[in-house]
Amino acid sequence: MAGLNKVVTSYDEALAGLTDNMTLMVGGFGLCGIPENLIIKMRDMGVKGLTCISNNAGVDDFGLGLLLQQQQIAKIYASYVGENALFEKQMLSGELEVVLTPQGTLAEKIRAGGAGIPAFFTATGYGTPVAEGKETREIDGRNYVLEPSLTSDFALVKAWKADTMGNLIYRNTAMNFNPMMATAGKITVVEVEEIVEAGELDPHHIHTPGIYVDRVIKGTFEKRIEQRTVREG
Amino acid sequence: MALSREQIAKRIAQELQDGFYVNLGIGIPTLVANYIPDGMEVMLQSENGLLGMGQFPTEDEVDADLINAGKQTVTMATGASLFSSAESFAMIRGGHVDLTVLGAFEVDVNGNIASWMIPGKLIKGMGGAMDLVAGADNIIVTMMHADKKGNSKILDACTLPLTGAQCIKKVVTDLAVLEIKDGAFHLLERAPDVSVEEIIEKTAGKLIVPDNVAVMAV
Repeated sequence: MAGLNKVVTSYDEALAGLTDNMTLMVGGFGLCGIPENLIIKMRDMGVKGLTCISNNAGVDDFGLGLLLQQQQIAKIYASYVGENALFEKQMLSGELEVVLTPQGTLAEKIRAGGAGIPAFFTATGYGTPVAEGKETREIDGRNYVLEPSLTSDFALVKAWKADTMGNLIYRNTAMNFNPMMATAGKITVVEVEEIVEAGELDPHHIHTPGIYVDRVIKGTFEKRIEQRTVREG
Repeated sequence: MALSREQIAKRIAQELQDGFYVNLGIGIPTLVANYIPDGMEVMLQSENGLLGMGQFPTEDEVDADLINAGKQTVTMATGASLFSSAESFAMIRGGHVDLTVLGAFEVDVNGNIASWMIPGKLIKGMGGAMDLVAGADNIIVTMMHADKKGNSKILDACTLPLTGAQCIKKVVTDLAVLEIKDGAFHLLERAPDVSVEEIIEKTAGKLIVPDNVAVMAV
């Protein structure tokens, strides 16, 4: 019996049950804090017709760009896709359905989904193309758009450290969308740099409690940098 | 002479106040950080989950896990904090950020802003811009007054898909500082050596010009 032990040791186990046409959440902001090995595994599995929920779409040869290369993604929810030429091409040609979503609304849709809230009102996007076809309401003299929440079949998350029970700690700005996504997947798979025994992480410092996590795998990461900006030291 | 990007940033920095939490967009807004007056405490918010953005790292300090919203490697300032994107936008949407500075393609007399999409052409997405303009009360838009062909971007009505409706009150361009109220642009300041006539000529939207127009201190 695995009990509360969430650790898996192969990427086959990590993504067992992931099939064509599923909806996936993929953590990260740009290339920072993305589950890079889980994405590579999905490319190798060749799953198709995926709906991806992710702030960005990677770059041409890294991150979700790898899945775009093989036309594995049918639909994507994202807020910003400026760094991916392949994405822009597939979007303009209609091969890829894109739901461009304001970043804060995207984050809140995922948070709400994981928290059991079906929809929420936000002022973001009122009077813009984002509000087209959506219910709006005036509350205390201000106009709001009703935004449905999001959940997924799988959430693919990158964290820094996990314990064997799936408690997670993120590092620096590699946190970004990962904590909300961890709560909103039917199956949440987390890729980490280090796994420690249960009890070794200080409970005060845990960002994501293990209740949200189904599988944890230790990976090694390239951590590609998009814009390496430095000052003279 | 029209202002350089650095001069526009320098003028916007004059809007900062001690103790402000500020979100700076990509491009000219980012440069504002270089002109924070000495002795003033200002904390920069980066919407990917960092409050207290510091300067760029030295070669040795570069950390792939520490970037800003422009995906540039950065450092943390003293007193920095880290959080998720949901928390970050709760700060923004909840009106906790004191000043937001962002770029635009077009603005109009009703305070509408278009900054994210040119149909059939450029598709990048709105990122956090729609949340920022909806959540902040104090927003400064920075942009070039006209495009390279001389066509005004300061309009009666935006022609591109909007980022936000009726949310912009102040615009700093390479030619002028404008306030938007009562369905018109009001000329507050002109760039040094830029005539009021040039500003009138390059402003397509309704423009109110007072008898005396101050010159920007840049």
